[in-house]
Amino acid sequence: MASLLKQAFQNAKSENRPALLTYTVAGDNNKKKSLEILKSISNYADICELGFPHNTPIADGGQIQTSAYRAIKNGIKINDIFSIVKNFKKSKKTKPIILMGYYNMIFQYNENKFITKCKESKVDGLIVVDLPYPENKIFASKCKKNKINYIQLVSPTTSKLRLKKIIKDSHDMIYYISMLSTTGGKLKVSPKKILKEYTKIKNQNKSKNVVIGFGITEKTIKSLKKADGLVVGSAICKEITNSIKKRQNAVINVSNLVKRLKNKIK
Amino acid sequence: MKLKRGIPLIDQHDQHGFWGGKFGGSFIPETLKKPVEDLTNEFKKLRKDKKFLKKRDFYFKNYIGTPTSFIKLDNLTNYLGGAQIWAKVVSEANGGAHKIYGATVHCLIAKSLGKKYIVGDTGAGYAGKMLSMAAKKFGLKCKIFMGAKDIKRQRPNVIAMKKNGAEIVPVYSGSQTLVDAVSECMRYWVSNCDNTHMCVGSTVGPNIFVKICGWSTAQISKELKVQLKSKFKKIPNKIKLINCVGGGSSAYGFWSEFIDYDKKQIELIGVEAGGPKKSKLHAAPLSKNAKIGILHGAASYLCQNNEGQINDTESISAGLDYPGVSPIHCFLKDTKRARYTYATDEEALDAHVMVTKYENLNPSLEPSHAFAEAIKIAPKLSKDTIIIVNSCGDAKKDRDILKERLG
Ligand SMILES: Cc1ncc(COP(=O)(O)O)c(C=O)c1O
Repeated sequence: MASLLKQAFQNAKSENRPALLTYTVAGDNNKKKSLEILKSISNYADICELGFPHNTPIADGGQIQTSAYRAIKNGIKINDIFSIVKNFKKSKKTKPIILMGYYNMIFQYNENKFITKCKESKVDGLIVVDLPYPENKIFASKCKKNKINYIQLVSPTTSKLRLKKIIKDSHDMIYYISMLSTTGGKLKVSPKKILKEYTKIKNQNKSKNVVIGFGITEKTIKSLKKADGLVVGSAICKEITNSIKKRQNAVINVSNLVKRLKNKIK
Repeated sequence: MKLKRGIPLIDQHDQHGFWGGKFGGSFIPETLKKPVEDLTNEFKKLRKDKKFLKKRDFYFKNYIGTPTSFIKLDNLTNYLGGAQIWAKVVSEANGGAHKIYGATVHCLIAKSLGKKYIVGDTGAGYAGKMLSMAAKKFGLKCKIFMGAKDIKRQRPNVIAMKKNGAEIVPVYSGSQTLVDAVSECMRYWVSNCDNTHMCVGSTVGPNIFVKICGWSTAQISKELKVQLKSKFKKIPNKIKLINCVGGGSSAYGFWSEFIDYDKKQIELIGVEAGGPKKSKLHAAPLSKNAKIGILHGAASYLCQNNEGQINDTESISAGLDYPGVSPIHCFLKDTKRARYTYATDEEALDAHVMVTKYENLNPSLEPSHAFAEAIKIAPKLSKDTIIIVNSCGDAKKDRDILKERLG
């Protein structure tokens, strides 16, 4: 049977639109709220990425840092993250969940134990920001053996030869970083140029689902509609921050944002 | 785990960049793979390029002002009784600390790569000051990332950086110290690696940065070896090389030529920041037996909790106030070639007071940690033991802290 991730992409394709991927930080702003947010936005999102918060995230910009610091301050632990996923999956059985974070947390938790826990709580995929190819080869194949997608990242700096190798080693999904930036940067490359690079990746192997992320907001999402999937992260984290500031209901505000995002790519 | 002889320690890593199979590596986001690879190739080429080496030596001599002096501290030796205490006065180097070696080499590499911009991190402000100096000299535009707490406590160096025309970016995240400055600098590089070169201020970070920094500071021990032979006719039989360890760049540079010697002849002692006597916080991952973790692209002993979150650190010395440490020092620790210990804030302050009282030398708070260890062990050692301390920084930058703590 095809993985839930693959199914989610097929589903979006059948509706002639890209898959919408959301990114929120586990435990932002606390355990209970982040589960509520996740459940609510999954009514519109096709795939949910859940960040495991680190206090020294070298590839994240201000918005995601703020969310991560907030979650850590409110006491989130790795085991809580797995219980959030487990709980989520009780009611949303077919909605794919991708965990995303930094390698030190997996390393401290123990790679094998981490994978076992992922399997138990039905995590569908993993993105490890600072474990690039080929350093991730062993870990990625361990994931694959356990039916967890290891999602490879490629960026504008990825060379042609390297791209070939990465795609060959990838699973169902590939994540294209739209520009030279941390998360939360302003889109500084034209959508046309991004799609041109995207097509180059796509042309290597049409069966792989390639998503684009970084710099995608309500303003920019429509222009990248051609992709298999689009990831929105910092804009969502920012909405949580603003809701807290204004003492408004973050669950409602974030869900509305995700709904609007979805409408823009329908 | 074993050290090899006849090969510089910076080159004793495996194909994945690990020393001893587990320290170092290159845990970097995909975007940095290419710039790191380019830098790796460039450095590999340049270090064999006679013209480049000539250029380096020219600037080391005429710009940095090498060799720095090697002197006996007679008064301190007489006062303590026991081992002879000597100092390698690296703070005589242009700018006042060893950070000038790495800064100069990084600027030369940036030029060779055709980059117009250079960015760097700084804690004590010396790495930033030196990078701003060298950038100005070589015509590069320079940006320095510095924790807001450090900007406050190391003002003289901040003023110097501004004078050199560098832009200082204050970092307000986390503990607002060196660890946050390095993170923010790496984030900036991820976003600007197409036209910008990054300099890491110590022997930390992804593998290639450890190598370039260590290759640069190695100048210190090359000089010392010549100086030892000229003062003693041969390398003496009982030497102890004592150096403070933050990231570990000065210590590696001070030791690199002597690692192949038997440790009974030349003992290597690294002194980390123990933090305030009454505090649980410290910046001593090696001597307080921290677990291995990954920070800023490399695996090392690391102050962290069991979830892998980086711990806050605390030290009176901004330059040592860092939760990780160089992978090459982890390797030296595990192979037992070097011994690591720590000095508390109070011990470092006392050492600073004692050294400045007896000698015409003004070590900053970082090397004062090394002097604290020298003062501790010297009385117990024989008169033919030669203790050498790397006095790698000048205390001018610590003016405010010293005034507050000592009056
Ligand atoms: C004078 C001085 N000594 C030591 C250090 C610590 O760094 P390292 O261990 O890399 O020499 C610093 C860092 O800023 C410094 O300025």
